[in-house]
Amino acid sequence: MGNNSLHVLKGINFDVKQGELVSIMGSSGSGKSTLLNILGMLDEADEGSYTLDNVPIKNLNEKIAANYRNKFLGFIFQSFNLINYKSALDNVALPLYYQGVPRKERVERAMHYLDKVGLAPWSHHLPSELSGGQKQRVAIARALASDPKVLLADEPTGALDTKTSYEVMELIQGINDDGKTILVVTHEHDIAQMTKRIVNLKDGVIIDDSMVEQVRASQYV
Amino acid sequence: MFSRDRWEEILEALNANKFRTFLTAFGVFWGITILVLLLALTNGLRNGVTADFGNFATNSMFIWTQQTSKPYKGLPKGRRFNFKLEDVATLKNDFPQLKYVSPRNQLGGYSGANNVVRGTKTGAFQVNGDYPEFIKQQPMDIIQGRFVSYSDIKSNRKVCVIGTGVVKGLYDKGERPLGTYIKINGVNFMVVGTFKVSNSQGDKEEDANTIFVPFTSFGQAFNFADNVGWMALTAYDGTNITTLKPQILETLKSRRTVHPEDDRAIGNFDLSEAFGRVNGLFSILGLVGYFVGALVLMSGIIGISNIMLIVVKERTKEIGVRRALGASPWMIKSQILQESLILTILSGMVGISFAAAVIWGLNYVLDMSGPVENFANPSVSMSVVFTALFILVVSGLLAGLIPANSATKMKPVDALRIE
Repeated sequence: MGNNSLHVLKGINFDVKQGELVSIMGSSGSGKSTLLNILGMLDEADEGSYTLDNVPIKNLNEKIAANYRNKFLGFIFQSFNLINYKSALDNVALPLYYQGVPRKERVERAMHYLDKVGLAPWSHHLPSELSGGQKQRVAIARALASDPKVLLADEPTGALDTKTSYEVMELIQGINDDGKTILVVTHEHDIAQMTKRIVNLKDGVIIDDSMVEQVRASQYV
Repeated sequence: MFSRDRWEEILEALNANKFRTFLTAFGVFWGITILVLLLALTNGLRNGVTADFGNFATNSMFIWTQQTSKPYKGLPKGRRFNFKLEDVATLKNDFPQLKYVSPRNQLGGYSGANNVVRGTKTGAFQVNGDYPEFIKQQPMDIIQGRFVSYSDIKSNRKVCVIGTGVVKGLYDKGERPLGTYIKINGVNFMVVGTFKVSNSQGDKEEDANTIFVPFTSFGQAFNFADNVGWMALTAYDGTNITTLKPQILETLKSRRTVHPEDDRAIGNFDLSEAFGRVNGLFSILGLVGYFVGALVLMSGIIGISNIMLIVVKERTKEIGVRRALGASPWMIKSQILQESLILTILSGMVGISFAAAVIWGLNYVLDMSGPVENFANPSVSMSVVFTALFILVVSGLLAGLIPANSATKMKPVDALRIE
């Protein structure tokens, strides 16, 4: 914004392999959200390269970026970002709508993912009729609906209480167990401990990148 | 483009804020209502005024002789002259474009002296000597009997066709006029028909107090010889009588030995030209109606544009989410465009329907209360409705254009950050 450009990330180099569950940690201002936005093609890096599933991501115009986001990526936000006048089912079906999937198949697939997050009975409820944990689970189902290669979660438990947070993490772990690659941005240590690898950012550089012993969320629930 | 899913998306979005949608739609509703009503009222005025022309065939002119104003070939100026029957034959011959050429003669007239007698009753009526085709130029309803025929003309029969006013003046109630005799200027004529002129606004009384007799018997009975008082000319639809007028005048002048540049010797009234002038006036009024209506409609359109801008602003985050989920900028744009288009068209349709109801009501009241001077049957044609719909579609797209562009101007990452 404006003329004051700020270099948030100052040289990040890391790989994520298929099937990993990585948490990106750091205090506010450390650049973890910016990193996630670049990975999510919502933002573009000034320099450097980014390869996703052997596809170099560069020279994006909005149309191509939208197409890539739709095909490769699923987003989970801190504030859920459900569309409040659409039912849970319609929210989950939205990425499929943008893929041009026919209506009937869309509803079937959306229903499948809603069932997977345990919310099939709530499929016709509006977001306002759901609890915070339920909303986040709808959002996770939506992120899964287009069968993306990578899930990007930006503080997925930031707006939830501890118990619900663990429930959501249990779900995320389950999805990872099925082989999906997931990146989670968080600043909570207990959440980070539930992933398999922790990347620590400070002032735009990686200060620590280590595998951890995964804590199963199910033991807290 | 308009799949069921799109419809649902759009209706959901419009339903999300019903009251505001309604208020926005009202602007367009009002604009189109006023547009259609203005055009209907213009049309009503046009119908009312053209009704004054009666049913007379509009591609017609009347032509009569006056005094010459220039000496010519030894003849003095100030000379009076008459058309002759042979002029009529020449006109018919020389101008195949002319559908009817009716020579006419006339006695009496409005506020003339008493000229018709039947038994003890007398009356002052206009007496016309006419050819059978005159009824095709000025349509009238024959109530009983028949109009003048060519066999009347050929054998100089003393028969007459009388108007309803004449019947009222000369006959008792319930008396049948057919077969009876009336005395016009001392000559007996047998009544063979009665008529009324259905659609004449100003001259109702005069028309009803008219008697038609065959042109030839008229000349014989009242000593007009083969003189023709005036003529009513009607051209075929393909030719405008106004374009024929100069040649007709030229022919008549040369036949009556009138100086070719003597413009005052022959008088004429060009109904087609007068009609065209009135029509032109109403075409301009119609344009004014379109103009004013379109301006009112425009403020409605601006209202829609304005609200769509606010809607886009309010839904910045939603739009960000949709883009994160893979909506391309064009998808977002087309949705905004279609929302504004549908809002415009829907409210426009309601406006057109409402205007139609008002017009219906107006016509109902007019029918109840009888005819009003210079105003009749306000209505719009289907073409006006389609024009209005076209204007709506174009303006709906225009209204959505700016908001649609602003919807995708922001980067998705910034849109998502907005709370």
